[in-house]
Amino acid sequence: MKILLMGNPNVGKSVVFSRLTGVKVLTSNYPGTTVGFTRGHMKLGDQQVEVVDVPGTYTLEPTCKAEEVAAEMLREGDLVVDVVDATNLERNLYLTLQLLERAAPVIVALNIWDDTKHRGINIDVARLEKLLGVPVVPTVGLTGEGMKELVIRIPEASSPAQASRTHEERWAEVGRIVEQVQTISHRHHTWLERLGDASIRPFPGFLIAAGVLLASFLVIRYLGEGIVTYVSEPLFDNYWAPVMMKLSTLLGSHGFIHDVLVGKLIDGQIDFAQSFGILTTGLFISFGIVLPYVFAFYLVLGFLEDLGFLPRLAVLLDNLMHRLGLHGYAIIPTLLGLGCNVPAIMATRILESKRERFIAATLISIAVPCASLQAMILGLVGGYGLQYVAVVYGTLFAVWLVLGFVLNLTVKGFSPELLIEIPPYRLPRLGPSASKLGTRMAVYLREAVPIVFLGIFVVTILYAAGVFDRIASFAAPVVSGIFGLPQDAVSAIVIGFLRKDMAVGMLGTLGLDAHQLVVGTVVLAMFFPCIASFVILARELGVRDMLKATAIMLIVSLAVGGLLNLAL
Amino acid sequence: MELSKERTTVARMRAGTTGTVLEIAAGHALSRRLQALGVRPGKKIGKVSSMFGRGPVTIRIDNMEVALGFGMADKIMVELDSK
Repeated sequence: MKILLMGNPNVGKSVVFSRLTGVKVLTSNYPGTTVGFTRGHMKLGDQQVEVVDVPGTYTLEPTCKAEEVAAEMLREGDLVVDVVDATNLERNLYLTLQLLERAAPVIVALNIWDDTKHRGINIDVARLEKLLGVPVVPTVGLTGEGMKELVIRIPEASSPAQASRTHEERWAEVGRIVEQVQTISHRHHTWLERLGDASIRPFPGFLIAAGVLLASFLVIRYLGEGIVTYVSEPLFDNYWAPVMMKLSTLLGSHGFIHDVLVGKLIDGQIDFAQSFGILTTGLFISFGIVLPYVFAFYLVLGFLEDLGFLPRLAVLLDNLMHRLGLHGYAIIPTLLGLGCNVPAIMATRILESKRERFIAATLISIAVPCASLQAMILGLVGGYGLQYVAVVYGTLFAVWLVLGFVLNLTVKGFSPELLIEIPPYRLPRLGPSASKLGTRMAVYLREAVPIVFLGIFVVTILYAAGVFDRIASFAAPVVSGIFGLPQDAVSAIVIGFLRKDMAVGMLGTLGLDAHQLVVGTVVLAMFFPCIASFVILARELGVRDMLKATAIMLIVSLAVGGLLNLAL
Repeated sequence: MELSKERTTVARMRAGTTGTVLEIAAGHALSRRLQALGVRPGKKIGKVSSMFGRGPVTIRIDNMEVALGFGMADKIMVELDSK
């Protein structure tokens, strides 16, 4: 049996899904968090059933890619749990009626039930149940309230198989139902609502947004740096280095296996930044430097997501984003890209047109550095002074703007206007927010770390086989002539295809001066996406558009790297 | 009977004012999308904010806020509540 969780965007389907199946999925307070579908299993009586978390949709007549996925999924389901936002009954019931007109049995979860009281909304649940002809269970996904009853009553789900209505008839029916079950009493605005409205007005909205973004950057930087300086570096230097020295001696201080595992000894010692063994530099980059920043980044992003800040930022930046051929909502995939480009490119599904998706995905893969890369930029370039970090970020931001502007003028098609629901601000709850942070860290560890290890293995082999020397002499005119970098830097650029963080780490071993390091990191950031983003680009855009994006990437990184080399 | 209540579009409403949606003078597809979001004739509507330079406007209907582009908002006719 297959149970589908369906409903309007941002009603908490994913939270209910996690409660039912125990499967951790990312949840946030903005419409469009779930763009693909996640499957899980739950026990129903003595039966094991499949549960699918379907992307939110307002109607069964899809208007964007994520909604198409939802409409298609409906054909496969044996039973639908319709998750309804109890604070927006009228709009949510439209989809409910559409579902009732289909053949699948339906049960309604009246979610966000706790908020109805604060909002002065009173819903007669028994009456609603009678009018709809299917079970209705009040739930609070975030706390788990009502979930037991929901599970108990799933077998009662029924299909009244109502006659198909026209659009107007359906709204009229919704109106009749709401009139009979809902009463609203007057109440005063809360401070969160006032803050919500203030942050969507030009004044003081822009000031608030600037403050939030600046504070976010500072928290990420100092928290990340703090963990590196006070936790991970001491741990590696004091406890891991002696173990590695023993291993090194055991392996005879040289040889292929020694170089793969421990790397090269620098002055007879292990240097975690330069040795480049899997167990030394591989572990150190992954856990010692990148992990602290990934943690700090997702801590801050998770807070902003759960609060409901991002859709408001989308409204404030809508004018700017239109110049780049996008609308404001594209800022959400872009911000996700500062964490990792892979989920970011997937999140472009919330954009309506193919043109927008192409522009947004191309800009993300070229000009938006992921958290791993940023950790290395801050760590390595930051060592020479913050002004160099500013040049790197400033260049990438300028590329994002200018390239977006050019793409807007040259890519055919049109970009639609913004049309989004703005969720109310909700104070993030510790449990769900911590669980989301944990999920994201787990994804990083599972998907990024093995590739770093693989990368180091590949580097060692390619060095041993002399492949890098051949590529280096072949690419010398570009690398040395245009970028002003030593020939060896080509190995870092090649490895950038696997992991950018590791590639920047390799630049660190070349003894570059500050200017070369700036050029090198900017080129690395823009030149070719890492293999994971490359695969996702091809999947989301199709091979043709992926090749187009890649061509743009090559041209832009050559041009910008060259210009930067001349300008500095 | 009240004489000639003021009519305008959502785009041109001033922030802080309220009214009633009269009609959506848009094509079929956009009209459907707006209605699915809850923007329908007969609904009470409040203007929360608008951005300068024909930027997006934010409205409140029932318990929900929607942000929409200026062009779309200019196609939604409203009758302003008298002060």
